[in-house]
Amino acid sequence: MISDLFSVTVLVGILASGIRLATPYLYAAIGETFSQRSGVLNLGVEGQMLLGAFAAFYVTLTTGNLWLGLMTAMLVGALMGLAMAYVTVNLQAQQGISGIGFYLFGLGMSDLLFQKLMGTVETVKGFPKIHIPGLSDIPGIGEIFFSQNILVYGAYLLVPIAWFVLNKTTLGLKIRSVGENPDAADSLGVNVGRIRYFTIILGGILSGVAGASLSIALLNVFQQNMTSGQGFIAVALVYFGAWRPTGVLGGALLFSLINALQLWVQVLNIPVPSEIAVMMPYVLTILVLVTSVSKVRAPSALSKPFEREN
Amino acid sequence: MKKFAWLLTLVLALSLVLSACGAGATPTPAPVEKFRVAVVMPSAINDLAFSQSMYDALVRVQKDMGGPDKFEIVYSENMFVVDDAAAAIRDYATKGYDLVIAHGSQYGSSLQEIAPDFPDTSFAWGTTVDTFGLPNVFAYEAASQEGGYVNGVLAAALTNTDVIGVIGPIETGDAKLYVDGFKAGVLSAKPGAQVNVNYIGSFSDTALAAEAATTHIAAGADILTGTAQMVVGAIGKAEEANVLWFGTQSNQSSLAPKIVVASQVYHWEVVLKQMIDLIQGGTLGGQSFTANLANGGEVIEVNPDSNVFDYAKPLAEDTVKGIIDGSIKITLP
Repeated sequence: MISDLFSVTVLVGILASGIRLATPYLYAAIGETFSQRSGVLNLGVEGQMLLGAFAAFYVTLTTGNLWLGLMTAMLVGALMGLAMAYVTVNLQAQQGISGIGFYLFGLGMSDLLFQKLMGTVETVKGFPKIHIPGLSDIPGIGEIFFSQNILVYGAYLLVPIAWFVLNKTTLGLKIRSVGENPDAADSLGVNVGRIRYFTIILGGILSGVAGASLSIALLNVFQQNMTSGQGFIAVALVYFGAWRPTGVLGGALLFSLINALQLWVQVLNIPVPSEIAVMMPYVLTILVLVTSVSKVRAPSALSKPFEREN
Repeated sequence: MKKFAWLLTLVLALSLVLSACGAGATPTPAPVEKFRVAVVMPSAINDLAFSQSMYDALVRVQKDMGGPDKFEIVYSENMFVVDDAAAAIRDYATKGYDLVIAHGSQYGSSLQEIAPDFPDTSFAWGTTVDTFGLPNVFAYEAASQEGGYVNGVLAAALTNTDVIGVIGPIETGDAKLYVDGFKAGVLSAKPGAQVNVNYIGSFSDTALAAEAATTHIAAGADILTGTAQMVVGAIGKAEEANVLWFGTQSNQSSLAPKIVVASQVYHWEVVLKQMIDLIQGGTLGGQSFTANLANGGEVIEVNPDSNVFDYAKPLAEDTVKGIIDGSIKITLP
């Protein structure tokens, strides 16, 4: 019953699950944070994740090399980002619509390649759990923090790196200024187009890694539409996290931990209808969002194409 | 906030949009003796689950009837969006297919609207028993509680911890029948065992299905089962933890040959052949069919590569026999 939720096994289980579940969200949402801070809304994340997931899986399946799989996913994500950057920066297309186009492209293309190249669901041996002598053996803590795979650690390491780059480097300053006031940035000699190319491609690479984290680290299978909306949740998490890497981390963890909690609620036979249980992460995330009124506003130039005045 | 509201709406809307690729081949005018079937399915033909069970059955029927020249199959897969499926069903009917199969209970209300417009076309809808009283609609379903029960009896005999985990999509229809039957099977053989059921609320969220499996294992389960196409994520976790798995809908042994003990496989051809015979005799619908263990529409396939095969095989056969001859009665909650 309810009190069962407070046993050590359950708490350890929830924390370990939550940390794993948050991994793909972190990669994708941090990437999206970069592109949104530079003023570009990329709704194609889901499609980039799917193609990244397939690329990583297929290369790993055929070559047996996980790192090659991961790098292919990054390359595929970068190419998707490059195409997106061309469409939004050079062609100045409406970003929401073109993003959905890229999503549908990724969804259809990953499915087509899966059908033609594989034809059935298969498994690979993914990135193994890392065993850290001593630390991994600490009861509870060891299982939660010190026995995950390398892509899980990478996702959490990315948060302080992204924070540092955005807030403490010249590059970060340029990204933020391009997202707030591209005209002013341009007049000071910042190449708006180049900065946006950089952030969109970076976002694509990280989305590719997000997909790979599912297909060759956490699940080790590929299936059509296996991301099942995670890319869109990642975009929402950027808003939730108020365009800050730490905020994104908080949102991703909140959503994932509650998801892990609801799995346990059902497993422990706590009498809550399954329909209510699976709603919990969404409902609570929205509740937190509406009750914690944020003073942070969106980057001023978000989703506005930049046209240089002559 | 305004922007977020807009985005949230978009996100919710998009989560409903799913791919509509992989449409069937363009039909060519066929000689009269060729029987032409079109099928619309919610997931992929190789999902190792619901859609694959129908596709594999159609291929077997095709083989029996003399190959593609005698029996033509076209399909639309990944029709998650009911409106797209409805358009495809209408399209196939317009093109004059002899039998148009709507393979998903969610397509019912669309079919109810479309079927009366094409009185000379036969439609089949599953899984359900409802033909809407229409003379050109067949209904079909699987008694998936029967195979679930057999799997449950085997699971009860093989568990050491007496804790068994179940992963389902949404608590309704075929999935609920299977899960309830499985639970009844376990408890009939081992009344003290604990069956933990987890419906994850999605047919496609592989990551959540995997985490549900991990959760069951952490809660002490040493045997898992699950239904619908997203369970491939869970099978991977079961394999990692060396926990036994029971499958349903299609044979899932290929995915994890060491841990899959048995799968309940749907052989829809039993049902399809009856429909085809009726259609060729001039009856276009109005009847409902059930695939079950007795008529061969459901088969328990014990995995020969499993190291408990020698033990599981006779137990499965005895249980199947008991269900067929009526000595075993399955009581669902």
